[in-house]
Amino acid sequence: MHDLRQLDLTEYFTELIRRAATNLPADMEDSLKRAKVNEAKGSAAEGALNTILLNVNMAREHSTPICQDTGTPIFEVHHPFGVSTLKLAEQIRKAAAAATASSYLRPNAVDSLTGKNSGDNSGEDFPTMHFHEWDQDTIHVDLLLKGGGCENVSTQYKLPDSGLKAGRDLEGVRRVVLDAVHQAQGRGCGPAVLGVAIGGDRGSSYLKSKQQLFRKLEDSNENPELAALEETIYEQANQMGIGPMGFGGNTTVLGVKIGAQHRLPASYFVSIAYMCWANRRASMDVTFNDGKMSEVSYA
Amino acid sequence: MRRLTVPISDEEIRDLKVGDTVHLNGIIVTGRDAAHKFMIEHFIRNEAKPDEVELRDELKRLFDGGVVYHCGPVVKQHEDGSWSFVAAGPTTSIREEVYQPEVIEYFNLKGVIGKGGMGGNTLKACHNQPAVYFHAIGGAASLIAQSVKEVVTVHKLEFGVPEAMWVIRVEDFPVVVTMDSHGASIHDQIEAASKKKLAELLA
Repeated sequence: MHDLRQLDLTEYFTELIRRAATNLPADMEDSLKRAKVNEAKGSAAEGALNTILLNVNMAREHSTPICQDTGTPIFEVHHPFGVSTLKLAEQIRKAAAAATASSYLRPNAVDSLTGKNSGDNSGEDFPTMHFHEWDQDTIHVDLLLKGGGCENVSTQYKLPDSGLKAGRDLEGVRRVVLDAVHQAQGRGCGPAVLGVAIGGDRGSSYLKSKQQLFRKLEDSNENPELAALEETIYEQANQMGIGPMGFGGNTTVLGVKIGAQHRLPASYFVSIAYMCWANRRASMDVTFNDGKMSEVSYA
Repeated sequence: MRRLTVPISDEEIRDLKVGDTVHLNGIIVTGRDAAHKFMIEHFIRNEAKPDEVELRDELKRLFDGGVVYHCGPVVKQHEDGSWSFVAAGPTTSIREEVYQPEVIEYFNLKGVIGKGGMGGNTLKACHNQPAVYFHAIGGAASLIAQSVKEVVTVHKLEFGVPEAMWVIRVEDFPVVVTMDSHGASIHDQIEAASKKKLAELLA
């Protein structure tokens, strides 16, 4: 048996943070390139996408943050039996402080009562971490850096919503998600990826909506009904013409990812996690051989 | 595309229309939530305390014909104590809507850089002053940091790195005019057009 309690992944977590902050995933960059070609020549939308793509390259080349708001770091850790999640949590906090000292992260944790910035991204419930034990003999870590601008336009609806004529069904979901895109305008740094959750309670619904953002853009929903809804909302949101940065144009969203969970008979929540174009996700896999860590890989 | 250098004249501002691309040059100052609240409470609505008069006068000098930038940067301090900007994109401007008109008027600001646009009161202040709202590309932080050639100094560092007032010299900082001094706002136009489209999609 491995003695997984002795495992120290601090330096690997720091590298994971660096990658997430400085290296936009390939599916996001490809999608932005396609969007640029799809905008009118010489338009403000085309100009915005051009600047975004130049910035993505520059950040990768210089290993500097894509966006200065390096967001809430959200870690989803899958681990085998025997790992000390207490220790992993401690290592993640150390890694966040190290990444801050290296300017990969901005000091982003502010005491809500005193207004004081902790200076190293440490704080009460900060960074966000969730640990999931699984039956595989590897550790898999997903990290998302979610900025504040897009978090501020993320929202939650309680159906039925009479103003939007949104009932407790997928048509109701379509109506409220389109409303959320309209409400956001350019304030969430679109073009956006929308993580949507149907059901749950208020808390679990918001969490589920964020977890959708780990899905790749090309990933289509396993549920055919939800896959169709993802496609419909994607097309209709783009018809609204809000465009990159709210400058107007053809690209308002780059993807829509929907998940569903059980709910109480009395509640029907729809949560929308609006993610800016800087959808900074990165993942890491740790494999073991004969009781020792054998390989760490990033994606 | 046109180039403007701070201090900017009223004529240059009146010449700008929404949709214009501008490259900004010269000394500008960052200021976001804590800085705006501070300027309002300590200088504009109240008499400056004796130990804050110097800062007030320095800001008056920098902002006369100048530009405030809604930004909370990632900075690096070098061994000799000097600073440089690592990542410096705009933050959401609408949070400053309650403060911005008074700040524009008190300091004779000619421009506000941010993202997401601002509301009716700022648009009115832009018309009266005159001034404009420059939209930077949200998230383009590494690219904008490259246009920050020098960190001249920093004020109110006790607010924390993102909230401090960084005095910076920029070269060819790329922005788009989205609110002009003639009452036009791209944000209002897009809001109205997309609302109409939404109504069709929900019909």
